[in-house]
Amino acid sequence: MIAAISNSGFGRAFSTPLGVIAGGFLILLVVVALFAPWITPFDIALQDLDNRNTAPAWPHLMGTDEFGRDVLSRVIYGARTSLSVSATAIGISVTVGMILGAAAGYFGGMFERAVMTVVDLTWSFPDILIALIFVAILGPGLTSTMFAIAIAYLAQFTRLTRAQIVRLKQETFVEATINLGASPIHIVFRHLLPNALAPVIVVAMLAIGDGIVLEATLGFFGLGAQPPTPSWGAMMSSGTAQLFIAPWVIILPGVAIAITVIAVNLFGDELVRALDIRDRLRGS
Amino acid sequence: MSELLEVRNLSKQFSSHRGLFHARRTMYAVNDVSFALPAGRVVGVVGESGCGKSTLARLILRLIEPSDGTVSFDGLALLKQRAGDMRRLRARMQMVFQDPYSAIDPRYTIARAVMEPFQIQGKRFTTAEATATVEELLAMVGLSEQMADSYPHQLSGGQKQRVGIARALALKPALLVLDEPTASLDVSVQAQIIGLLEQLRDELNLTYLFISHDLALVKYFCDEVLVMYMGRIVEAMPSTDVNPRHPYSKTLLDSTFEPDPKQRRNIEALSDEVPSPFDLGSGCAFAARCPSVSARCRNETPILSTPGRSHAVACHHPN
Amino acid sequence: MMLRVDNLGVSIGSVRPLSGVSFNLGKGETVGIVGESGSGKSLTAMSVMGLLPLINGEITSGSINFDGTELTALSEAEYRLLRGGRIGLITQNPMTSLDPLKKIGPQIDVVARLHLGLGKRAARERTVELLGDLRISDPASIYHLYPHQMSGGMKQRIVIAMALAADPDLLIADEPTTALDVTVQAQIIRLLMDLVTDRNLSLLLITHDMSVVAQTCDKVVVMYAGTVVERGTVEAIFDSPHHPYTQALIGCIPRGLVGEMRLQGIDGTVPSVVHYPDGCRFHPRCSRAEDICATIVPELVETQNAAACHFANEET
Repeated sequence: MIAAISNSGFGRAFSTPLGVIAGGFLILLVVVALFAPWITPFDIALQDLDNRNTAPAWPHLMGTDEFGRDVLSRVIYGARTSLSVSATAIGISVTVGMILGAAAGYFGGMFERAVMTVVDLTWSFPDILIALIFVAILGPGLTSTMFAIAIAYLAQFTRLTRAQIVRLKQETFVEATINLGASPIHIVFRHLLPNALAPVIVVAMLAIGDGIVLEATLGFFGLGAQPPTPSWGAMMSSGTAQLFIAPWVIILPGVAIAITVIAVNLFGDELVRALDIRDRLRGS
Repeated sequence: MSELLEVRNLSKQFSSHRGLFHARRTMYAVNDVSFALPAGRVVGVVGESGCGKSTLARLILRLIEPSDGTVSFDGLALLKQRAGDMRRLRARMQMVFQDPYSAIDPRYTIARAVMEPFQIQGKRFTTAEATATVEELLAMVGLSEQMADSYPHQLSGGQKQRVGIARALALKPALLVLDEPTASLDVSVQAQIIGLLEQLRDELNLTYLFISHDLALVKYFCDEVLVMYMGRIVEAMPSTDVNPRHPYSKTLLDSTFEPDPKQRRNIEALSDEVPSPFDLGSGCAFAARCPSVSARCRNETPILSTPGRSHAVACHHPN
Repeated sequence: MMLRVDNLGVSIGSVRPLSGVSFNLGKGETVGIVGESGSGKSLTAMSVMGLLPLINGEITSGSINFDGTELTALSEAEYRLLRGGRIGLITQNPMTSLDPLKKIGPQIDVVARLHLGLGKRAARERTVELLGDLRISDPASIYHLYPHQMSGGMKQRIVIAMALAADPDLLIADEPTTALDVTVQAQIIRLLMDLVTDRNLSLLLITHDMSVVAQTCDKVVVMYAGTVVERGTVEAIFDSPHHPYTQALIGCIPRGLVGEMRLQGIDGTVPSVVHYPDGCRFHPRCSRAEDICATIVPELVETQNAAACHFANEET
C-alpha cells in the first residue's frame, strides 16, 4: 500500500513550479502545525488585557484579539485543529468508502444496489445539514464535526472506488489472477484497491480542503471546536464584533483558510495532471 | 492414453434482458460441445470472432459457469469441485491470455508477478529461494534475470507474453490453455513464442489447448483441429489431413492464403452477413450462408458424426 | 508509371523515421508494401497522401511523382483536389473512417459531388450503383443505414466505396483487412482484386501479412525500420528472397505441419525510431551480419530483386 502511494505520482506532482509552491506550502503548514507547541511565540490562552486589539507589529506579528491574546499563535494552533480534524475525518471516510466501494463493485448484484442506495442518500443531503444533524444528536464539538465531514464525503469515495473496481475487474490481469486460484480478498486488496488508489487520493486531497471549510463554517457558528481549542472559524466568529476596531482578528484567520484551501486545490490539480501522465505512460 | 481433459455437452447460454419493447432473447455462446484432450497432445480450436472459442476456454477452466454439460479434468468432475478445492486445482490447469498488455498488473514488477502464483497457492519462499525461482522461470521462457525488477510497461509485447507464459507455468500445470496467445504480436515475434511453446511442451510434458483464428498456425502447431462456428464444433480433423468436408471449414481454409504466389486461392463468394446469434432456433447455424444448403439444413441441427475414426463433421451434406 | 517514389525521407521533429524509400507502381499494377510494426509502411502511405502535417511530419528528401505530377511540391489546396479524387485511400479501421452520426449513403455522395461536381440526385444514383458493384445486396436500402447498423465487412465496403466514388487512378489500401475476420477478409480481398481488374486501378496495398501479398500482388516492397530492404516481383521475392530479413520473414509463416518445417523467429526486437542502428538497420538481428554491416549502409543492389544487403548477390 505504501509503495503504491509513493509510486502513484505524488513525486511527479512536484515537478512543476505550481506544484512545488502549493505542495511546499502544504508541507510547511503540516510541519508548523505539528511543532506548534514549540513554535508559537506566545501561549494561546495568555491574556494580556493591557494590549487588547493591537495592530500587527512586533512582537505580535498578527496583532492581538479582544483579550490581548496573540493572534499569530492562535492561527498556528488553529491550523492544527483544522488540518487534523479534516485529515482524520477524510482519512476515515476514504478507508470506509474504499472498502464499501470495492465490495460493492466486486460482488455486484443486490449487495451493490443496497450499498449504493444508502450511500447516495447521504449524498443528497447538503454537508451543513448533515453537520447540524450530528450537532443536534451529539452536541457541538470536534466529534460531531469529524462525523459530519466523514459522512458528507463518504458517498464520493464509495462511488469513485466502485466505478474504478468495476472497470478494473474486467482487466485481463484480474482474470489471470483468478485463474491462478486467488481468493476475492487477494484480488481486491492486492490488485483492485492499489490500482484504484490514485484517483481516490486526489479526490481525498480536494475533500480535505472542503473539510477545512466545513469545519470553519461550523466553528463560525460556535458548533465546531469548543473553547479553549482554537479554530479558525471560531476566531473569525468572535472577531466580527471587533470588525472595525481590530479587523485583523477576523481577516487573518480568513486569509489562512483561503490560502490553505487554495494550496490544497492547486496541489490536487497538479496531482491529477501528474497521475494522468503516469497512467498514460504505463498504458503505452 | 488417458484423457487429461474430457468435455461433454458443454453449453453456455446468455440472455438479453426483457425490455419494454422486446421479449427476452437467448443465445448460445457455446452449444453442446464435446471433445477429449489426451495427455501430451495439442488440440487446436479455430474459428472467427463470435464463434465461442474464448468462451469455451473459460468454461473449461471454470472461469465462467456453464449452463449445461460436464468437464472432467484428470478424472475429476470439475464442476462439482467446491471453491477451496477448485482454487487448489487451478494450479494444474493454466491459461495464457490473448492480450499481453493487460495481463500483468501494471504496478507489479516482473519478479513479483512471477512469484504471485506461489503466493496465491500458499507456498512460502526465503528471499534467496525466491530470487532463484524467478531467475529459473525467466530463463525458462528466454528472458534475462535483469528484467526481474522491470515494470510491464517497460517490456515489449513479446517479452510480456513470455512473462505471461512463465506465470502460467510457475505451478507446473499439466494443462495449458492458450487463448490466441500471439494474435497481437508481430509475425516474427509470434514465431519466437510458438518456438518457445514447442520447446516447453517437449521439456515439461505439457498438454495444450490452442485457440486461434489462424488456421495455418493451428494446422502447424496442433495435432488435431476443431473448427467452431456459432458455438458449435462443426468439424474435427487431424492436422496431418486437413481436408475439410464441412462447407464452413472449406471456406475457412480457402480464406487462409498460402505464402506462395503460385498457390493463389480461388475465393468463392460468400455472404458475410452473419445472422444474429440470438434465437437461432433449430437447424444448422451456417444455413444462411451455405452454398450446399437444403431444406433439411434449415430444420434439423446436424450432429458431429464420425465418418472416419479421426475425422468428424457436423453437416447434412458434407463434401 | 502511375507512382514513382524516389529516395523518400521523412522527419517528425528531430526524428527521421523514413529514409531511402524507393519503389514504382505501374498502371493497373498491384504493389504490396510489407513490413512489421515500426517498418514505416503506414508512414509511407501518409507521405504519398500528403497527410504528414497531421502528425507534425514533413518530407525532407526525395520525390513522389504521381502520373507526372511532383507531389512534394504541391500546396495543401492542390493536394486536396487529388485526395479522394485521383487518389483514394482505404484505412485500416472502418470504425474511425465513417462519421457515426450520418447515414452512409450521403457520406459516399459527398466524395462524388466534391470531386466530380455532381448534383445531389446524380451522386446518389452513382452511389447506389457503386454499392451494387461492391456486391452489396439491396443497395438502395443500405444507402439509408447508419454505420453502427452494419457489420465490419460491410463497413469496409462502404469505406472502399468512398475511396472509389470519384473514380481514382490510384488506390492506397492501408491494412484494409487487418481488423476483419478471416472469411470476411478473403471476401474483401477478392472484391479489391476484381475492382482492380475491372477498373484498371493501380493499387498500393500495405500490409504486415506476407500471405496476403502472395495472394494479391504483382510486386513486393519489403520495409524494415523505416527503409526499403528488398523489392521485386512477387514470384522472385517468394522464390528466392535475397535479403536476410525477407528470408526470415517468410520463414516466420507457419506452413504445413510441425516437423515439416520449424518455425524460425527473428531474434531481438524492431529498433526504436530514435535509435536506429548504424550501418544496416537489420544487422543486430541478422545471422549473416559481419563487421561491414555495422558501419556501411547497404544500397539497394539491383540483382534479380533489388536487395539492400552487402551479401545480396550470394547464392541463397
